[in-house]
Amino acid sequence: MTTTVDGQPPESGPGTAKAGAASEPTPGRTPGPADGAPPEGAPPEGDPFDSDVLPAPPGASRRLLGSLLRPHRRLVAAAAAQLLLQQAAVQAGPLLVAYSLDNAVPALRQHDDHGPLIAVAVAYLVCALTAGVLHYGFIRTAARVNQTVLLALRGRIYRHAQSLSVDFHDRYTSGRLISRSTTDVESLRELLDEGLQELLTMIISVVYIAVLLLWLDLGMGAAALLSFLPLVLLVRSFQRRSMRIYRSRSTAIAAVIVKFAETMNGIRPVQSFRREPANDEAFRELNDDHRRRNGDAILEMARYVVGSRLTANVAVAAIVLWGSYRVASDELALGVLAAAALYLRRLYEPIDRLAMFLNSLQSAAASLEKIAGLLCQQPSVPEPAKPRPLPERKPGSPGREVVFDSVRFTYRTGDEVLPRFALTLPAGQVVAVVGATGAGKSTLAKLLARFYDPSAGRVLLDGTDLRELDTVTLRRAVVMVTQEAFLFSGTVAENIAIGRPDATRSEIEEAARAIGAHEFIAALPDGYDTDVRKRGGRISAGQRQLVAFARALLADPAVLILDEATSSLDVPGEQAVQRAMDTVLRGRTAVVIAHRLSTVDIADRVLVMEGGRIVEDGPPAELIAGTGRFAHLHRAWRDSLV
Amino acid sequence: MSATAAESAAPRDLTAADGGQRSAVRSLLRLWPYVRPVRVRLFSAALVAVVASCLGLVIPLVLKWIVDGPVADRDTGGVWLGGALLLGVGVLEAVLFGLRRWLVARPLAGVEASLRGDLYGHMQRLPVAFHDRWSSGQLLSRATTDLQLLRLFLAFPLTFLLVNGTTIVAGCVIMLVQEWTLGLVILTPLLPLMVLCSLFEVRYSLAGRRAQDQLGDLTTVIEEAVLGVRIIKGFGRHRSQARAFRSLSERLLGTELHKARLLAGIMGVIMALPEIALGAALVLGTLQVADGSLSAGTLVAFLSTALALRWPVESLGYLLAMSNEAATATDRYFEVLDTPIPPDTDHPAGVRGAAPPGGGLEVTGLRFEGVTFRYPDAAPGTAPTLSGVDLHIRQGETMALVGATGSGKTTLTALVPRLHEVTSGRITLDGTDIAAMSRAQLRTLVAVAFEEPTLFSASVEENVLMGAGGAQDPDVDRALRVAQADGFVAALPHGTATQVGEQGLSLSGGQRQRLALARAVVGTPRFLVLDDPLSALDVHTEAAVEAALREVLAATTALVVAHRPSTVLLADRVALLSGGRVTAVGTHHELLRGDAEYAALMSGDQAPQRGRERKRSAR
Repeated sequence: MTTTVDGQPPESGPGTAKAGAASEPTPGRTPGPADGAPPEGAPPEGDPFDSDVLPAPPGASRRLLGSLLRPHRRLVAAAAAQLLLQQAAVQAGPLLVAYSLDNAVPALRQHDDHGPLIAVAVAYLVCALTAGVLHYGFIRTAARVNQTVLLALRGRIYRHAQSLSVDFHDRYTSGRLISRSTTDVESLRELLDEGLQELLTMIISVVYIAVLLLWLDLGMGAAALLSFLPLVLLVRSFQRRSMRIYRSRSTAIAAVIVKFAETMNGIRPVQSFRREPANDEAFRELNDDHRRRNGDAILEMARYVVGSRLTANVAVAAIVLWGSYRVASDELALGVLAAAALYLRRLYEPIDRLAMFLNSLQSAAASLEKIAGLLCQQPSVPEPAKPRPLPERKPGSPGREVVFDSVRFTYRTGDEVLPRFALTLPAGQVVAVVGATGAGKSTLAKLLARFYDPSAGRVLLDGTDLRELDTVTLRRAVVMVTQEAFLFSGTVAENIAIGRPDATRSEIEEAARAIGAHEFIAALPDGYDTDVRKRGGRISAGQRQLVAFARALLADPAVLILDEATSSLDVPGEQAVQRAMDTVLRGRTAVVIAHRLSTVDIADRVLVMEGGRIVEDGPPAELIAGTGRFAHLHRAWRDSLV
Repeated sequence: MSATAAESAAPRDLTAADGGQRSAVRSLLRLWPYVRPVRVRLFSAALVAVVASCLGLVIPLVLKWIVDGPVADRDTGGVWLGGALLLGVGVLEAVLFGLRRWLVARPLAGVEASLRGDLYGHMQRLPVAFHDRWSSGQLLSRATTDLQLLRLFLAFPLTFLLVNGTTIVAGCVIMLVQEWTLGLVILTPLLPLMVLCSLFEVRYSLAGRRAQDQLGDLTTVIEEAVLGVRIIKGFGRHRSQARAFRSLSERLLGTELHKARLLAGIMGVIMALPEIALGAALVLGTLQVADGSLSAGTLVAFLSTALALRWPVESLGYLLAMSNEAATATDRYFEVLDTPIPPDTDHPAGVRGAAPPGGGLEVTGLRFEGVTFRYPDAAPGTAPTLSGVDLHIRQGETMALVGATGSGKTTLTALVPRLHEVTSGRITLDGTDIAAMSRAQLRTLVAVAFEEPTLFSASVEENVLMGAGGAQDPDVDRALRVAQADGFVAALPHGTATQVGEQGLSLSGGQRQRLALARAVVGTPRFLVLDDPLSALDVHTEAAVEAALREVLAATTALVVAHRPSTVLLADRVALLSGGRVTAVGTHHELLRGDAEYAALMSGDQAPQRGRERKRSAR
């Protein structure tokens, strides 16, 4: 289960966005293997789940953003007000310079009047302090909005992913899902933290300055506005070209990452089969490709920066020239020219950096689209609106009766997996399900565990439709142990306690003992308190499966489903499990799916499945004695034992 | 999979704070060998940038000249000259900055690529023990984020620390020379700002680090919630997981808001303080202009210069922070690159290798002699995983390796292709100590199929062909037939050309296992090591694979880890691994009758079995 996830760089480039200060596209976001462009071997059938962007109604991104921001309307408004006022205070400086030169100087010279100068001093001080205080306020307010929005978004993705049914998880790889909640949220964070507020500041300051220039002198203001025409064209051409270049660069880095991750995750076969030189060669090619694209991207940025700088400098020279000319011919006050020169400098300063913000805006928009697509997925196994309770278990019989009432199951694509069938499992019966891969055994189990809902018919637990049970009730009654024995970070004891969080240590140890896991756990460096992710916590696949069983045992369910849960166990391990089922789980309803026919020994009843149908059904002894498929299989298996 | 958690927990994780400036410089100096090839361009670019940046300071002076000269004299002709000058300087500045970027763009992309290429080459030759210790996420972040950081460092902070330093000094000089009183006024906030910034940097980077760690923990919870979703669902544990998630998110929120508070404070000061100084300079300057001791042009130039210096000063903090980060990234990078690749051969071939072991033992085949192995990261005091394994697999023989869960079977198989190195003792192939062979040579002789079958992002055919250098199409077909994979492969959309692996079609565990088996047998290797190669197969397929595999095994010397009697039956003899050593060797039937532990492992026909039968009959 490690393969898909490891591709994700765990850290977002620490502070890479700061690099933006020197006008370079933020490179912090690196696409994981599941990310980036589709690989060359795109799946033939075109399942939408194979792509990163899930189908979503148009405008889903915008609606998502709206719904995230709406609760913070007041804060957003406050931040906007602070920013508007702050920029007003900041942009007052050159105006005061103009006033000084044109009013305060003549007043001093002619009337020895300090009034205007004192006014300038006070105004400058007030503006400076206001700008500082408002800037402080704005950053804090904006951070509050940004961070709570991110918190809400992470929470939504998390909860939504958990509420989506197993059917979804089977199709949308874990790598993609993790990418959504880490890398994509991260790229939004970058935008909110660094990009957005600078972009807003930039826009507001440009508007203010343009208005002030127009007010100071209509002609110079108009000339400055005119200079924006080539700048806009430049930005648009950059956007168009860079999108293509950056996309090909991110495809290139994705290929590099995939190769890298694959080599690491498959280091054993890589070294055993002497793939190192061939890998070096393949990697060099990918790396070279990325180097070229990276160079292209940097050069594209250089092109833009030179263009914008050139335009800005030419505009400044032209406007100052014109202004000076008019001052020289007494058409313009000197102070106005000085203020204009200072404003022009401020006007063009942020243009260089604009390109970078556009990039982070684009990447955030792409991320938001992916997240919105994920959040648009409807859970196919919804919680009941009005849950019903299960009847009390009958005393002396901890199991419950399971009825498949004319159940049929088809995939969303329409492929029929289980044709309509009926099946009753009496309380306390142990049922083994055998059959080849793809016969529908796992689907049967997943219907019973309500990982899927049937396309038609009902699955009843003691007469109650599974769809009417709330999660807590259902999971207390039905527990499924699967082949993948995933351990969560934490101690071994905590992992077992997932079955019943309120269990005491002695109950946990009892469950481990019953399943035959106590010995190896006790032999771990810290026994039950060994952290499964730390060094020395080397736990083999078989041992992981034993822990998973102990977990199930502790949960004490009425119905237990084992879906190929013994595949990594050796014979004694398997027997310990069977013993536990005979003793601890005695009387509980059990459905056991296994490749190994040894499991059948403990079953009261065997179902043989083929092509989605139950083709044989009966007590094991009866079937073995017969001449059917099961008898044949069993004989072959028996032979291998002697 | 919990890369981030491991990262934050790992003691070796370097902090930017513990090194200080001097060691940061020392770290960064290690990049020199990679920078050397592009040094000419890099230094020319820096020089160009210094010139360009200083040109920016000329603009206010031109402005001053225009205001005090032609404008004051009402000389419209002179204005034109000033304008032309301004235009010339502006164009030159833009062109020079462009030239700087053009000079370094491709070379620095090349530096990044060569750093990455070296890391990759080194990484894939590091021993498996290293990879066991390092999560792939940690390595990957070094290959991507850290290297990008380094390229950015070379492109910007390295150059601009020099450029901005020069610009600031030049600007200060210009201001002081023009009117030293005003210059001093403008420069007063510099010192308090620098002190405040360095104080802030310390506190902020601490908070930043804390946020990074908390984000890592949160990511771990997210990853586990996704990877373990079936278990969380199966046990209805949504709420407790969601609680853990929420408390972590809220902690992160707290840290982020703390960071924002720090940032807001310093930014507020940075915003206000220079502005106040500028205001003071304006008032003072206006007074001087009024009494005629200062020209209006000088005041304008002054304010303009002060404005032009603002960015270089403000950015110094960023640049230093980036340099610190780059130093950390360099350390992280070299942490991997400095890990030595163990020598290919322990000792010159022939010294211990070629000589046949004493006692006239049979030399052919695969022989383990007193092999002891302890994981390098095992806690001190624990027993070694293997202690004194002696086993001889004769040429052409197939030996099954049986043992209880966790007895070290997989570990033993990993020693043969030297994925791990024996702690003591030796393993010989046809009499030659494997430690005396180069790994490449050894691995041409030995083919392996692992319990966890890994396919690479390539076609089925390429995946299978990885097993042998010179194999041909017919070999692939034969290998696929042996592994009973020909049927499902033919049914794939493009047959053997179908892309599989991470980037391709996902196959079931059983299918992947069969392809891995095909890969192991395609080259008809001299020695074959199979680790429970049939565990994921259903009964039908297993039987068919066994039949085909028998032919292959007849021609090679093989060690097969087995959990099931059916797999054991492929072998001529069986070795029982128990307590870190081989306790019994014999045929399946011999051991079944003669060895209680073996019998228990294979059929459970021991006390527990009987007990169970009793219970069953009681029911």
